[in-house]
Amino acid sequence: MKPDQLLRPAPAGLYCPAGDFYIDPIRPVGRALITHGHSDHARAGHGAVLATRETLDIMAIRYGEDFCGSMQAASFGERIDLAGVTVSFHPAGHVLGSAQIAVEKDGMRIVASGDYKRGADPTCTPYEPVPCDIFITEATFGLPVFHHPEPKAEMGKLLTSLRQFPERSHLLGAYSLGKAQRVIRLLRDCGYDAPVYIHGSLAHLCDYYVSRGIDLGDLRPATIEKSSPADFRGAVIVGPPSAFADRWARRFNEPLVAFASGWMMVRQRAKQGGVELPLVISDHCDWPELTETIRELAPQEVWVTHGREEALVRWCELAGIPARPLHLVGYEDEGD
Amino acid sequence: MAAPCPQPISPLVGEMPGRAEGGIPAPASRKLPPMRAFATLLDRLVLTPSRNGKLKLLADYFRDTPDPDRGYGLAAIAGTLDLKSVKPALLRELVLERMDEVLFRYSYDYVGDLAETIALVWDQERKERVADDDQPRLGAVVARMNALGRTEVRGAVRDLLDRLDPSARFAFLKLATGGLRIGVSARLAKQALADFSGRDVTEIETLWHGLQPPYEPLFAWLEGRAERPVLATPAIFHSVMLANPVGEGDLDALDPGDFAAEWKWDGIRVQLSSSGATRRLYSRSGDDISAAFPDVLEAIDFEGVVDGELLVGGTARMNSPTRTFSDLQQRLNRKTVNARMLEEYPAFVRAYDMLFDGEADIRPAPFLERRARLADVIGKAPHDRFDLSPLVPFESWEALDSLRRAPPDPVIEGVMIKRRDSAYQAGRMKGPWFKWKRDPYNIDAVMMYAQRGHGKRSSYYSDFTFGVWTEGPDGDVLVPVGKAYFGFTDAELEVLDRYVRNNTTERFGPVRAVRAEPGYGFVLEVAFEGINRSTRHKSGVAMRFPRIARLRQDKLPADADRLETLMAMVEAKES
Repeated sequence: MKPDQLLRPAPAGLYCPAGDFYIDPIRPVGRALITHGHSDHARAGHGAVLATRETLDIMAIRYGEDFCGSMQAASFGERIDLAGVTVSFHPAGHVLGSAQIAVEKDGMRIVASGDYKRGADPTCTPYEPVPCDIFITEATFGLPVFHHPEPKAEMGKLLTSLRQFPERSHLLGAYSLGKAQRVIRLLRDCGYDAPVYIHGSLAHLCDYYVSRGIDLGDLRPATIEKSSPADFRGAVIVGPPSAFADRWARRFNEPLVAFASGWMMVRQRAKQGGVELPLVISDHCDWPELTETIRELAPQEVWVTHGREEALVRWCELAGIPARPLHLVGYEDEGD
Repeated sequence: MAAPCPQPISPLVGEMPGRAEGGIPAPASRKLPPMRAFATLLDRLVLTPSRNGKLKLLADYFRDTPDPDRGYGLAAIAGTLDLKSVKPALLRELVLERMDEVLFRYSYDYVGDLAETIALVWDQERKERVADDDQPRLGAVVARMNALGRTEVRGAVRDLLDRLDPSARFAFLKLATGGLRIGVSARLAKQALADFSGRDVTEIETLWHGLQPPYEPLFAWLEGRAERPVLATPAIFHSVMLANPVGEGDLDALDPGDFAAEWKWDGIRVQLSSSGATRRLYSRSGDDISAAFPDVLEAIDFEGVVDGELLVGGTARMNSPTRTFSDLQQRLNRKTVNARMLEEYPAFVRAYDMLFDGEADIRPAPFLERRARLADVIGKAPHDRFDLSPLVPFESWEALDSLRRAPPDPVIEGVMIKRRDSAYQAGRMKGPWFKWKRDPYNIDAVMMYAQRGHGKRSSYYSDFTFGVWTEGPDGDVLVPVGKAYFGFTDAELEVLDRYVRNNTTERFGPVRAVRAEPGYGFVLEVAFEGINRSTRHKSGVAMRFPRIARLRQDKLPADADRLETLMAMVEAKES
């Protein structure tokens, strides 16, 4: 079996001709396998959807119960036959429910890792290496500049700032699925037990995380009517970064904008975004993790998708590992 | 080794509305190791827009950081740190010793700043981090760098980069390459010292130029552990007062009757300080340049502090001409001076203002009152070394404008406008003083090449090479005459960037050639301060400080200027 009969890039996304399905298609298709719930990977309108229970739930929360024709939940490790192609889901450690998808036929196995990370994250099942012939890796942070620091040390910066500027409302920007819940959990793990105020758009997803056994402590809506800036002195408010430029943010006292993202590694990115307190907390692999994963899996070939494809391909070349960029379009790293 | 997680400890803050349940957990150790503390401070200062926020960050840093590190940190921020400099070329070599050039280039293109790129890529695939306790302290870094011989620099820089974490590495590289830009003035740093100690900032200002990094006696006094430091020299430098350029419409609302004007001379601004037997000549940034000007120093026969322009030639009172800036340059940047130089290029001071009359601090007095006292002192001083910059009478801004455009002496570069009642305040305040320079040169040129900017502008084509017409073998061709990357607004940059992207004809790495034909192209009005012959440029001319004054979308490239026009400017200047 040739690799491109098993998986190949097509206009709608990564396509399996042998099994007639797509992985994370960017437009509606008959059968879709979804790695995780971020909106650039999980879209509404497909015929049949196969994903983990959590990813299906998250899609239902975001798009409504009828987001697709039919759905099937895959457990981690379970082998599922699709027209003679065996597929299985394995933890990716990216966000709650995130999975890598292994696609197998006639002794050839390709793993589409979706988005993944190796660092500790108590809000999702940790990444598991899956041996394969071809490994499809993301390259969101695929440049040697990206080194994600210890997340608790980054969160320590927010706590320091709360002590230095106790009168200011600290607005912590974090994307609504995954990052928001992770930073709240991190705050708790660093000993912060005061209420955390959340933007309305986070409420359903935070509730869902809590229902899956992830304790986020005392969460309160930051959208109470008639609230005055004084109510939020020295408080931590978590919301999507887009909300901070909005009139919504005016209710807070001398807001100090923090942003939790892997992009915060580069100072100019923080500066351009008007971020005062950048926290380098990422749900993707950094450069050492990407290269370490490829070395560890030692696949015969690496396919690189969304992100800094050219640098990671170059690294593979130098390491003597055949690699090529997939040039898939439409993935915008919502999760970081 | 992972950094320690901040451990929950008892609340540091008391009851606060909305969050009465608990306090903010403190890290196990509140005090960061010195190099990390400094690097963190820089990172925070750059991103903190509010003045009060910056003051708080600085004051906390001075409080929590031990000597001598905080003193070196203060010096780095205030611009008084003397650190052996490292050339960017050496840093590139060091990083390429260990990493693939292509990967480095991708990284540099993405980050846009050399020091930051190197700080971030240094570890490459290595995940492990330097333990805090093993990092050298800021004081140790400074001491080590300054003790190095020339051949030892390479090895020492490599070793330091290995031993620092990425954030500290960035701070070190910025210091060593002299590219530290954090939006904090020396004045703000002194205000933070005042906030942290409760002392008055003017008291700190007075001491400032008499002290050296790492400022241990200063901190000891600020913390009440020692007496006020006694300065070795009483003739210390006092920060000078600076003027803002006259902007569009700035003068409209102002009454000319409230202001006095004087010529702006094209020498270097200096401060003369004389107290007892001690005499000093300082540049406007506070560098002591006394040794190079014994002729001026020996002539001082008064006590006090005078602000003026250092020039060469004869004083007005001697009725001999003031000589040009290039003559003055013969005397600048020298450690000592020989008899021939003293004779051929005699220096003198044209006085503008007076800060101290003897021991009396007259800075709070109105400008005209200070000037009257200055006139008295200068009147009695040796005629060949001192004169008084004359006031320029004027009735209206229009009249002054004409005077500025056609000054009576070639060594005048414009006029200074000073409020009659202005006190002498250190720094560049908007309002009391203005400078109004002669118009710069202007030409219309055609955009030929564009290059992407760095940093904030890394996603824009913001560096432009422009050319003018000259006769070639087969008719007129454009010849590049300069490069400019500022002068335009953000909105204009959008327009320029769009033109480049839509009209690229060729690419050479980061550079794009754009369409530039007589009937199609982009005309730029370029302003510049001066123009000289140059053998290094194909066109034969080199501009000083070119900038893009206006986008001339109303013009066609065929209407742009010719090289002959520029040559004529050079010749006019030379004659």
